[in-house]
Amino acid sequence: MTNKELALSAARGRRLAMEMVFRASSGHIGGSLSSMDILTELYFEQLRIDPASPRDPGRDRFVMSKGHCTPALYSVLSLRGYFPEKELELFRSIEGHMSGHPDMQHVPGVDMSTGSLGQGLSAAVGMALAARLDRLDYRVYALLGDGEVEEGQIWEAAMSAAKYSLDNLCAIVDVNGLQIDGRTADVMPSEPLDEKFAAFNWHVIMADGHNFDSLRAAFEEARSFRGAPTAILAKTVKGRGVSFMENDPGWHGKAPNAAQYEEAMAELNAAVKRLEVL
Amino acid sequence: MGEKKATRAAYGEALAELGAKYPELVVLDADLSGSTMSKTFAKAFPDRFFNMGIAEANMAGVAAGLATCGKKPYISSFAMFMAGRAYEQVRNSIGYPRLNVKCAGSHGGLSVGEDGATHQCLEDFALMRAIPGMIVLNPCDAHEMRLAMDALAEYDGPAYIRLGRMAVETVTDSLEGYEFRLGRGVVLRGGSDVTIAATGLMVQRALAAAGILEREGISARVLNIHTIKPLDSELILASARETGCIVTSEEHSVIGGLGEAVAALTSEFCPVPVVRHGVEDEFGRSGKAEAVLEAYGLTPEGIAGKARKAISIKENSK
Repeated sequence: MTNKELALSAARGRRLAMEMVFRASSGHIGGSLSSMDILTELYFEQLRIDPASPRDPGRDRFVMSKGHCTPALYSVLSLRGYFPEKELELFRSIEGHMSGHPDMQHVPGVDMSTGSLGQGLSAAVGMALAARLDRLDYRVYALLGDGEVEEGQIWEAAMSAAKYSLDNLCAIVDVNGLQIDGRTADVMPSEPLDEKFAAFNWHVIMADGHNFDSLRAAFEEARSFRGAPTAILAKTVKGRGVSFMENDPGWHGKAPNAAQYEEAMAELNAAVKRLEVL
Repeated sequence: MGEKKATRAAYGEALAELGAKYPELVVLDADLSGSTMSKTFAKAFPDRFFNMGIAEANMAGVAAGLATCGKKPYISSFAMFMAGRAYEQVRNSIGYPRLNVKCAGSHGGLSVGEDGATHQCLEDFALMRAIPGMIVLNPCDAHEMRLAMDALAEYDGPAYIRLGRMAVETVTDSLEGYEFRLGRGVVLRGGSDVTIAATGLMVQRALAAAGILEREGISARVLNIHTIKPLDSELILASARETGCIVTSEEHSVIGGLGEAVAALTSEFCPVPVVRHGVEDEFGRSGKAEAVLEAYGLTPEGIAGKARKAISIKENSK
C-alpha cells in the first residue's frame, strides 16, 4: 500500500476505535490512537499473514502485549479482513466475544491472550523459539507500552530472547510518554529505553511511530539484522488524531461523553475525508 | 513394593522417556533442573531443553508461547515459585487461553525440610485448583508419578503436578488391580467406620494409620486421591455414604486444599463429618524432613487421631 492508503486505513481505524469505546462507554482510547499507525504498518505491510487462514503454522505472529489497546487491534484486524466490522459493535459487551483485552480463543487473528501487562513479550519469545525448533522462517512481533516496561517480567523476557539470539523476534515499544497516573517520567522513569535494551543485548532502532517511512525502514532493518532480537522504540503521541485527547493522561482509559464524542468524530471524520480525496 | 524413591526422580525419568515418544515435547526449568530432575531430560534432549534462569514468570509465558505453536511444554521449579511466584502468569497466560502447558512444582510441602518456611509451599493446591480448567495432580510415589506422566502427556490442556523432594516408599506398584486414571481416586484399603482420603506422601501414612486403627477395632477405608482437581466426587460421596465420616490428609495447608474440596463436596451432596488433617494456618520451619513432618503432626498417629475424632462426631450426632 502507498503511504496515503496506509494513512487512510489508520484514519478509519481511529474512527472505528473511537466508536467502539463510545458505544461500550469504556475502553482505552489514548494508547489505541498512539499505536494505530504502528499496527496499520504491521498488518498491511509487514506481517506475512492470510486472514482467510488465521492459524496457518507458517504465519508471522503478533502479540499485543499492551493488551488494553484492543480498540486499535480489533479495528485493524477487521479492516484487514479477519472479521466483519459489524462485530466491533459488541466490543466489551456480554452479548459477544469482543472482550476488553485480546482473547485468542474467540477473536480471529489474535495470536495470544494478553492484558495483564508484562506477559506478552514472554509468549512472543516462546513463539520465536518454536520457529527455531521447527526450522520455520516466520517472524514474531510484540507491541509493548513504555509504561508496561516497568513490569520486571519484560526484562526477564528480554534476557531470554538475547540468550537464544532470537533475531526472528521484534519488539516495538509505543513510546507515548504517558501512563494511567501521569507522565511515565514522573510515575516511574523507564528511560533511557535505548540504553536499557542495548544493555540487554538487543539491537535497538529509533523510529517515528506516526511516520510510515520511518516505521518501514525500522522493520526492514530489524528483518535483516542477525544474531539478536530487535527493539524498535517508536516515538508516538498518546491520543494522536484527536486534538483535545493528545498528550493528556486523562484519556488513557476513559470513554468520551456524547459532546466529546461528537467533537472527536468531527476531527477524525475530517481526517478520513481529507485522505479520501487525495 | 518397598523401594524408596522421590517422585521428582520419576518425573525426570518420565520426561526423558516421553521425549522420545513426543518430538513436540519441550522442557523448561528455572535454574533448578538438578533439583526438579528435569536435568534427566536435558541430558537426553539438549536441543529441546531451555534453562530460563531464575525467572519463573517469564518461563511460564515462554511456555505459553511455545504451546500456541503446537509444542508440548513442561515447566518446572519449586512449588513455591511455580504456583506461588508465577501464579498470575500461570492463570492469565496459560490457564485463561487453556494452553497445553504442564507445570511441575517440586519440593512441595514441609518435606523440603532444612530450607524452611520460605521454600515450604503449603498453598499450591489452593492456588492452582482455583484456576478454571486447571487440573491438579499429586502422585504419592514414583510408580504413580510415572503413570501420571503418561496420562498427562495424552491430556491436552493446562495442568499442575506436585513433585516431592523426599524419597518415599513405593506402594502402588504391588496393588492388585491398581490402575491410574486422571480424575479417579483409588481405594487402597477397604473399611466401614471411617474414610481416610489422602494425597501425596500422606497416602503411605494413611495406610499406616489404618493399621493403628485396626488394632483398636476401627475399620478404616483408605483412598488415594492423586487428582485433587477434578475431584473424584463419585468415589468420595460413595465413601461418605458407606462410612459416615471422612478424614482428609495432605501435606498442605488445611485452607484451600483437598480437605476443603472434600468438605465442600460432601456438605452439598452428602453431609457427613469431615475432619481436615494437614498444616494448620501457619508457616513451616527448618529441620530434617521427617522431623518437620513429625513436628506438624503429619504422621500416621496424627491421622489416626483425626479418625477417632471424626468417628466420635459421627457417633455423637446420631
